[in-house]
Amino acid sequence: MELQEKVIKIVSEATKMDAANISEKTNLVEDLNLDSLDMVEMMMKMEDEFGVEIPEDETDKLKTISDVTNFLKSKQS
Amino acid sequence: MLNDLENKTILVTGGSRGIGADIVRKLAKMKAHVLINFRSENDSLQSLVTECESYGAKVTKLQFDITNLDETKEVLNAFIKDVGPIEGLVNNAGISKDTLALRVKAEEIDHIFSVNLKSTMLLTNFLTRNFLRANNPSVVNISSVVGLMGNASQTVYSASKAGLIGYTKSYAKELAPKKIRANAICPGFIQTDMTDALSDEVSATYKSSIPLSEFGSGEDVANLCCFLLSSASSYITGEIIKVDGGLYI
Repeated sequence: MELQEKVIKIVSEATKMDAANISEKTNLVEDLNLDSLDMVEMMMKMEDEFGVEIPEDETDKLKTISDVTNFLKSKQS
Repeated sequence: MLNDLENKTILVTGGSRGIGADIVRKLAKMKAHVLINFRSENDSLQSLVTECESYGAKVTKLQFDITNLDETKEVLNAFIKDVGPIEGLVNNAGISKDTLALRVKAEEIDHIFSVNLKSTMLLTNFLTRNFLRANNPSVVNISSVVGLMGNASQTVYSASKAGLIGYTKSYAKELAPKKIRANAICPGFIQTDMTDALSDEVSATYKSSIPLSEFGSGEDVANLCCFLLSSASSYITGEIIKVDGGLYI
């Protein structure tokens, strides 16, 4: 499974939103109505899944699925 | 009372003496994994640990000064990494100094607010990320009845304890969507070395102001604390509960 698919799967499970309706352009706050606490929780799930640390100040910059995927890619490389 | 505190990991700040030690004792009797925060090692701490272990409880001593955030984070991060999430927090550490308002110095306000309020807030905020991974997390803040009713010569102390009540309510509202609960206990006159040292006459005067006519015990506070940490109180958050024998009705 590609990185972006994994990210979408985590987001889908956490938000109960059908993965088919989530794309790289999906905005976590505007499209999925995540509040700031939900975002922290979501990033913690990403940390657990991918074994990386996502600092609090980075969380604010991660607006879309694509942003999250690119950030994780940069951490893994 | 529903006791699901067995093996639950609970940190008690200032847990080596006074009400903190009574809370630690009670949690140990309920077989929680008690984390005793303390600043300096002493004989009474070691005897408390031995006593708690005799109840079959797991006890971990965590030495850090809650006013030193870096040290606090270092110790707790190491514990969480080794053992797992902390599931309950009792913010008990606090100091008091009686001074007439007209003699209060700025440094006294800074010091008392730093220990009683700021450090408690920073510690709780820091542990919130950890609570998101914990099972049925609960925070109990030990405030004081003077935070509600005020008291002469305690403008600073009572303001810090009133601040803790505001913090408890706001934190409870903010974290309720994540099922993290927070409540505060307001003890009244609790029997301590200080009340034991009072003359019979002064003691009688104080007791005459208490409808139940006697000082409370540390165990009275500990009983409520255990209830608030357990799932018996799972629908209670943002609540401020007095343990004061009716002193402030």
